Amino acid sequence: MSENSSLRTPSQRIAWTATIVVSALVFVFLIAPILAIMPLSFSSGAYLTYPLPGLSLRWYEDFIASPRWVNALKNSVIIGVASTALSMVLGTLAALGLAQWKSRFKPLALAFVLSPVVVPGVITAVGLYFFFAPIGLTGSYLGLILAHTALATPFVVITVGATLQSFDTNLARAAASLGASPIEAFRRVILPLILPGLASGALFAFATSFDEVVIVLFMAGPEQRTLPREMFSGIRENISPTITAAAVILTTVSVILLATLEALRRRNERLKGGGA
Amino acid sequence: MTAASLTETEVPLKRRLRRAERARQVKALALVLPLLVFLLFTFAGPIAGMLWRAVDDHEVRQVLPQTIAALASWDGKDLPDEKTYAALASDVLAARASGTIAIAAKRLNYALNGFRTILTSTSRNLKAAPEPGTAKETLGKINPAWRERATWTTIKDAGGPVTGFYLLAALDLTRNADGAIIAAPPDQAIYREVFIRTFLISLSVTALCLILGFPVAYLLATLPPARSNLLMIFVLLPFWTSLLVRTCAWIVLLQSKGVVNDSLHWLGIIDEPLRLIYNRFGVCVAMTHVLLPFMILPLYSSMKAISPAYMRAAASLGAPPVTAFLRIYLPQTLPGIGAGSLLVFILALGYYITPALVGGAADQMISYFIALYTTETANWGLASALGAVLLLATILLALVYGKLVQGQQVTGGMKN
Repeated sequence: MSENSSLRTPSQRIAWTATIVVSALVFVFLIAPILAIMPLSFSSGAYLTYPLPGLSLRWYEDFIASPRWVNALKNSVIIGVASTALSMVLGTLAALGLAQWKSRFKPLALAFVLSPVVVPGVITAVGLYFFFAPIGLTGSYLGLILAHTALATPFVVITVGATLQSFDTNLARAAASLGASPIEAFRRVILPLILPGLASGALFAFATSFDEVVIVLFMAGPEQRTLPREMFSGIRENISPTITAAAVILTTVSVILLATLEALRRRNERLKGGGA
Repeated sequence: MTAASLTETEVPLKRRLRRAERARQVKALALVLPLLVFLLFTFAGPIAGMLWRAVDDHEVRQVLPQTIAALASWDGKDLPDEKTYAALASDVLAARASGTIAIAAKRLNYALNGFRTILTSTSRNLKAAPEPGTAKETLGKINPAWRERATWTTIKDAGGPVTGFYLLAALDLTRNADGAIIAAPPDQAIYREVFIRTFLISLSVTALCLILGFPVAYLLATLPPARSNLLMIFVLLPFWTSLLVRTCAWIVLLQSKGVVNDSLHWLGIIDEPLRLIYNRFGVCVAMTHVLLPFMILPLYSSMKAISPAYMRAAASLGAPPVTAFLRIYLPQTLPGIGAGSLLVFILALGYYITPALVGGAADQMISYFIALYTTETANWGLASALGAVLLLATILLALVYGKLVQGQQVTGGMKN
């Protein structure tokens, strides 16, 4: 094994073993909570304790039968998809512009564009609450979509920007020299090459909106409550196993997003490897 | 070709190139502009609005305009003159008619506890405008507080249009009747403790993340890619799992009849369930779980960039493994440690959801109070002032982070 070839002394071997043991414990710490909550959603009992009295799908039935939860899932999808679409348009344009823009204000503009990630959620939420309430955007889908777009766009700018950095601009020039109009060159040359980057950006944007709860807490009316918002009040009020069913649904979405992202990354690496 | 004709064709070309470049720059700016305008409306504008609310003081000026105007010439040494009392009486009558007295009463009550009663009792008992020259006597009879200088100082201080009152309150400070900045009374002086608590929780979480994250990052950076990619899933899966799911999971694990307590009981280690949640321990554990990937990922990428040749060189020059690690390896991971720690610390400072769900009353961080004053008590000035302090701390740390990451990129480029 390559990692063992440099381990010549006993003390090094002890250090390496210790690293493995500690890391294994940390991996358990990271994964165990997520795994521990899953079986509870299949419990036939009403308490969130092990051992399970029996298996059943009653909490999933409860989820599907409850207008509150189904509506929350629907809202999460509506707001997630809409803010992803909007942030993709704004973020991709901005990333294309930033890649060509040469100005001493560029670092400032970039810092401004990325700042929604760093500013604490409560501050953004309170600001939006004051700002949107007088113009009727609190308690509306539009207000939430706009707010989530602001939070999600930085991820699109970062992901698409990184893709553009590795993009060979000579290809665009070649297309132009062969007579392609700028729009045609974008559609037929640039777009297919940056598409995986765009897809990753979209996944990040969707995940950001899908997981966001602080802004929803401040701005959503009873009609616009999302899945994380419903989980928040569920945890606050009384934890019924329906929450664990919701958690499993949310985690499934996360796993799908992560797997898609990983597949895109592998494909990208393969393409890069093939080119070299 | 002669030299003269060369320069003749060169100059227009240069100019043409410059013009083309300028057009490209305009086009680039036009592409960035929609996002900048959008963020101005959905992000910068709202935050600027919040900062304005931290210093805005229009309520009293709006409800008691004549009083504020009359107090402008008051020197604050003695009680105000008869004219000011008459102005107040007229303002109170007008405010009662329009139903706005509560707005001013609420604002003045923040500055002087009990002011709400003074104003509402005056509003209730003042039947009509006092006869000329008797305003001072009439008001003093309705509520003796009008014979005290502090009552009037409070109104004058709250006269706006801007105030440092909320910002001072956010730092447990206030102004006395003479306008000097003094410590706030102990029953109101709670925010410094909250800021210290926020700082301490963030610091403990950062330290825990570093201690737990370092070996993992080292393992991932050292293993061959096939295996480290597989193990990376253990880091990325929690990273992508909803915050609410993870918080809920910790409640399930740590509650008194939860998995951890049951296991410890079954193993015979404890007789009574330990209190693991709704306290500081629960907050630190859950936050460390949420933020650990933000530490592991920057550490991993900085360790990945360290060539194993350095360690081999140190060994071949006779350095014992511990010395080589401490003097060769560790210094090279410092930028990664700095970046990861700052990132975790910045994110932890603003945490709201996790402490709100797994913490007790004594574990709530500053964000909790900002949310509380915004939605529950509607003390928007104080919420905004606390937000301004948190935002300032975040921006300062983010600037340091930016410098650190930038510096890293530069050295990374030099190493390659």
